Amino acid sequence: MGRKQYKGLAEREARLAILMLIPAFLIVFAIILFPVLLNFWISFKEVQLGDLRAPAPVAREQIVQRPRRAGDALILEYQLRNTSRQDPIENVRVTGTVPPGLKAAELPEPFRLEDRKLVARYDRWEPAFSQRVQLVFTADASFVDGPWLQSADMTFPAADGRSANRLFNFTFTGKNYRQVLSSTSFWPALATSFIYTTGGAIGAILLGLLAAQLLNTRFHGKSLMRGLLLFPYVAPVIAVAFTWSFLLDPFSGTFNALLVRFGVVSEGISFLSERTAAVSLFGFSFRIPLALSTVIAFDAWRYFPFSFLFILARLQAIPDALYESAEVDGATPYQKFFRITVPQLSGVLGTLFLLRFMWTFNKFDDVFLLTGGAAGTQTLPIQVYDYAFGRADIGAGAATAVMLFLFLAVFLIIYFRYTPEEEA
Amino acid sequence: MNSQARTQTRTQAGTRVRTRFSVGPAVVGAVIGAVTAVIVVGSWHVLLVLFSNHTAAPSLSAVAAVGALLGIWIRSPYLRSTTPQRTLRVLGSALLVTAGWLTATTLRPFGLSSVSGWGIIGTAIVWTVIAFTIHSIFRRVPVTDQIKSDLLYTSVSSLRAAGVLFFTVIAIFPFYFMVASSLKTRAALLQNPANLAIDFSQGIGHVLVGYVEVMTRFNFGRYILNSTFVALFTVIATLIPAILGAYAVTRLRFRGRELLSRSILLIYMFPAIVLVIPLYSVFSQLGLRNTLPGLLIVYPAMTIPVALYMLRSYFLTLPRDIEEAGLIDGCTRFEVIWRITLPLSIPALASVGLYVFMIAWNEFLFAFMFLDSPEIFTLSRGVVALNSQEVPRQFLMAGAVVITVPVMVLFFWFERFLTGGLAAGGVKG
Repeated sequence: MGRKQYKGLAEREARLAILMLIPAFLIVFAIILFPVLLNFWISFKEVQLGDLRAPAPVAREQIVQRPRRAGDALILEYQLRNTSRQDPIENVRVTGTVPPGLKAAELPEPFRLEDRKLVARYDRWEPAFSQRVQLVFTADASFVDGPWLQSADMTFPAADGRSANRLFNFTFTGKNYRQVLSSTSFWPALATSFIYTTGGAIGAILLGLLAAQLLNTRFHGKSLMRGLLLFPYVAPVIAVAFTWSFLLDPFSGTFNALLVRFGVVSEGISFLSERTAAVSLFGFSFRIPLALSTVIAFDAWRYFPFSFLFILARLQAIPDALYESAEVDGATPYQKFFRITVPQLSGVLGTLFLLRFMWTFNKFDDVFLLTGGAAGTQTLPIQVYDYAFGRADIGAGAATAVMLFLFLAVFLIIYFRYTPEEEA
Repeated sequence: MNSQARTQTRTQAGTRVRTRFSVGPAVVGAVIGAVTAVIVVGSWHVLLVLFSNHTAAPSLSAVAAVGALLGIWIRSPYLRSTTPQRTLRVLGSALLVTAGWLTATTLRPFGLSSVSGWGIIGTAIVWTVIAFTIHSIFRRVPVTDQIKSDLLYTSVSSLRAAGVLFFTVIAIFPFYFMVASSLKTRAALLQNPANLAIDFSQGIGHVLVGYVEVMTRFNFGRYILNSTFVALFTVIATLIPAILGAYAVTRLRFRGRELLSRSILLIYMFPAIVLVIPLYSVFSQLGLRNTLPGLLIVYPAMTIPVALYMLRSYFLTLPRDIEEAGLIDGCTRFEVIWRITLPLSIPALASVGLYVFMIAWNEFLFAFMFLDSPEIFTLSRGVVALNSQEVPRQFLMAGAVVITVPVMVLFFWFERFLTGGLAAGGVKG
């Protein structure tokens, strides 16, 4: 009996747990998991941005002629239109309400006036259907003397109908993938993505490591300094991206003005709009991707505080005894750093690299706001946006997003495979 | 590193204090002195260009030479042995160098074109900073005969000094630039882009014109309200499901608990850019796209996984005994959560709440994709709208300051909660 009671308790506990998880699960499912699945679905469909609005029948009224006295005609023109250029609308019903004091004189097919209700039924409006029809009414004295005579609207037409939704029908196509994978811009974008991601992740981690090393001692103003160092990370991306792009402006940017003033360069550099720049070092002259490097530098700057906090937390957990015994053995500061600190940090550095790699790989805002993907900075996320909203090809955008997601899945598998539970 | 400092003091105490002058430390002192002097004078020159209209052309070789002498002197045993008055002597030598420098340049130091009080005070400050920087670099370094180990320790502390300078500059300068360019007219910026001094001569109203315009003509008051509402709503709509979920995952036994715990983080890794197209499509069809409720559905969904994850980590550290005692005393689960778990988790709740607020306040992508009507713009979207040819850059920067300041203030206020949380949860960025 005890056992049975225990089993009942366990069941109740499980039921309660499910109940408590439902709100979080529902929201996450609706806004994250379902859209990811839907993205796969869309990637197999031929959908344009314009198709998102379901085809709708539209009826508009124009007053062609108003009556002067009783017995005159009121002439209205109806403009009937299918908003979609691809899809038909079926069972269209156009309705309107005629003001009192009007009689039908000449109504085109299939318009009918029943009492004061104007109704027209169509079986089908073809794609891009557009038609103007004239409706003629005879006005009587009550209309001519009434308030309706000068009214701007007469019949308030409305239209409804049944149309297929392009997003949710069952025709599929592989065209989007063929288009995306065979385009000349996909593979370069993938390469750019990898360079940007690797550079950004390594830059952020190196800066973070230096900052953490710097702040892992006691000195005056340490907590102030720690607060300051987090600034780039907590500030809104929109504010810092515009700040950087103005700071780096070749004509009115302070950074370029300083470079020119101190004779580093002879004229301003277009950091964000020049694809490459020639650099000569020790007599060797070579070209570096300028805009891409700037974007990487921005990312390293913006995200180093994150790695800094991560690394600092780990540094403080390294036992002092390790350093003390190294000291006794006569190790130099550099030896201590490379032989003790770095190996102790290797776990956290690996985790950080994977995390930063995944997040930077998906990063859209930074590149978009700085360069808009121009000058050799088109990464995959930018390409997703370009297809879907720049060229209005939702399907191709979704296909690119799927490719991005597949790469990400590989990183995710690596991440969950190789990071221990407590660090994940 | 704390340990290193401690052991170094020990070594220092153990070493015989040397009074004889020797070449090794002198060379190191000269190098460090010269480099420090050049860096400090260079920084001073940059500051001069940024904040004044004076033109300067310091002779770096002279600076380096004098810096080297100063380095040798500060490094020398004569200064080290007189420990109590060390600070005074360093200051004295700095002022002496200043006097000499000013005499040699007939009161026009560093190539300044005219004699001015600021030039004289600036020179004194520059040399004092140089002297004390050299001093602080050498302070913890034991004086030994071995030039190799000497260089080693000195390089560590000078790299440290350079690092502090570097990180301070990269953390502060862009933000100063943002504020300064929101207070300067386009004409002033174009005339001398290197100058970031703020001209108060035409009255405070003239300086703040960007803010006035942004708040009135561009309706930023409205956007502040919208952003605040969206962010606060997101905090509440995130915390409630996250608290319930985290409690269930840490305290209740059910099948699939482990799997669920791990998939929370997995979901957090899902990229926003993959969600944009489907959400845009569905929200367009449902008529939710250009509405605030649309954003209010999306934001909590983005933050629930990380909030749940952070709260889960925190709940795991809370002792179960108190809660079990509560259950035995006849409290229901919800009473236990309300009366025991939540009061114990206030620091974690504050940290997670601030985070979520920050994410929602800063969010750009969905605000940009979803919002078209100006009356429902959030601040992010409002700042994007200022980015056009017709709007002066000053106004855009004023908008940027308006969106940045609240987050910074909040963050500085609650910094202690946040830094712990940042490392624990790892907010996506």
